[in-house]
Amino acid sequence: MARVVFTANLERHLSCPETTVSGDSVREALDSVFETHQQLRGYVLDDQNRLRQHMVIFVDGAMIVDRIHLSDVITEKSEIYVMQALSGG
Amino acid sequence: MSSQIHIATRKGLFRLDRNSNGWGIGCYDFEGAHVSMMLHDHRDGMTYAALNHGHFGVKLHRSNDSGENWEECAVPVYPEGAEIGADPFSTDGKPKPASLSEIWALEPGGADQPKRLWCGTIPGGLFRSDDGGTSWQLVESLWNLPERLQWFGGGKDHPGIHSICVHPKNSKHVAVSISCGGVWVTEDEGVSWHCKADGIRADYVPPDQANDPNIQDVHRLVQSPSQPDTYWAQHHNGVFRTTDGAHSWQELSGIQPSPFGFAVAVHPKQPDTAWFVPAIKDECRVPVDGQFVITRTTDGGKTSEVLTKGLPGAHSYDIVYRHALDIDGTGNCLAVGSTTGNFWISEDGGDSWQTISTNLPPIYCVRFTKT
Repeated sequence: MARVVFTANLERHLSCPETTVSGDSVREALDSVFETHQQLRGYVLDDQNRLRQHMVIFVDGAMIVDRIHLSDVITEKSEIYVMQALSGG
Repeated sequence: MSSQIHIATRKGLFRLDRNSNGWGIGCYDFEGAHVSMMLHDHRDGMTYAALNHGHFGVKLHRSNDSGENWEECAVPVYPEGAEIGADPFSTDGKPKPASLSEIWALEPGGADQPKRLWCGTIPGGLFRSDDGGTSWQLVESLWNLPERLQWFGGGKDHPGIHSICVHPKNSKHVAVSISCGGVWVTEDEGVSWHCKADGIRADYVPPDQANDPNIQDVHRLVQSPSQPDTYWAQHHNGVFRTTDGAHSWQELSGIQPSPFGFAVAVHPKQPDTAWFVPAIKDECRVPVDGQFVITRTTDGGKTSEVLTKGLPGAHSYDIVYRHALDIDGTGNCLAVGSTTGNFWISEDGGDSWQTISTNLPPIYCVRFTKT
């Protein structure tokens, strides 16, 4: 099971505890999280289901490449960090 | 004590003069223009104002008569082929051409380099002029480093060089800091560069990358004029200081009421004395408990005093940007301007503050005229 960790700054707005999920891509992992935390989706993804411009996701230490489809591959041991990009001001 | 201050704002450039009645606005230029940075070059008296016209781009103006007359001079231009990283939603992931977005730092060279200016820009280029802004050259030795492409925006969409420290005793020694790209130092006038941010840490990346020097979001870097191996850094995640020329940095836990902020000023003669404008960290970014304060340390950051006399009490939500706190050459006079358009001066090292205006536009940069 991959581990998903959200920036603590999101906790100001809604609950987003660290969780473990299954899936083969970042998209599948996040969809799994959003099944039980539906409101969280809109804080991480935009209305086109893309990663919000000022959010970043790291998988095993590397920033994901596909911010549109979130197709970056994950493994059962992956660590996924959903963070704020500081570019947001 | 300095008797003149410039204030660069969202809606023009103000000059304040001190006369027998105290401080007052003496001049207002570039009405309505976004003035991102200004510099009064104490070596030849030239004043520079960097404008960001939005629709019409970035411009640089200079005046040799204290703002009576201004002339437009050259702006830094990225050479053909210069590239920045791909846009977030780029489908091909390819870099795109670099283009000047903002002048974010402007500093004079050393006394032995009469017309030398350094300019830090967004998106992350350092430029040098040897003719007082008539022409500019990109410092390609820094721009071409592979690490530069890993820099990312902090507060802006693209990385920016906001602090340039020219060593007061050796003008070939220059330190720059980037949001977000750490601290880079040259000791040979820009021939070679080294990233020197060991000991600075970041909370905004996964824990195993927290100590990567090249991703650090130093909000502001200042160098002690009297002990140049001492630098102070107000960072996104705290206050850090080095006393060995940036070889190693120590995090300072004594800054109250919060270690978050943008601005820092160091005393010109006392390297252990510095001032900060704390706020609640990160995305909240308001003064702690809604009370605007300024904090001073006199022991290198071990402890600090929260200064409130003359500053607003409860329900004040001013934030001070990284260039909007300055200190004069005596160390007695400080000036600070806020995003809310409030402007204060202290003439006793921060013990007490006078409100000069509560009606200015959002303030980006405050600088004393130094001799």
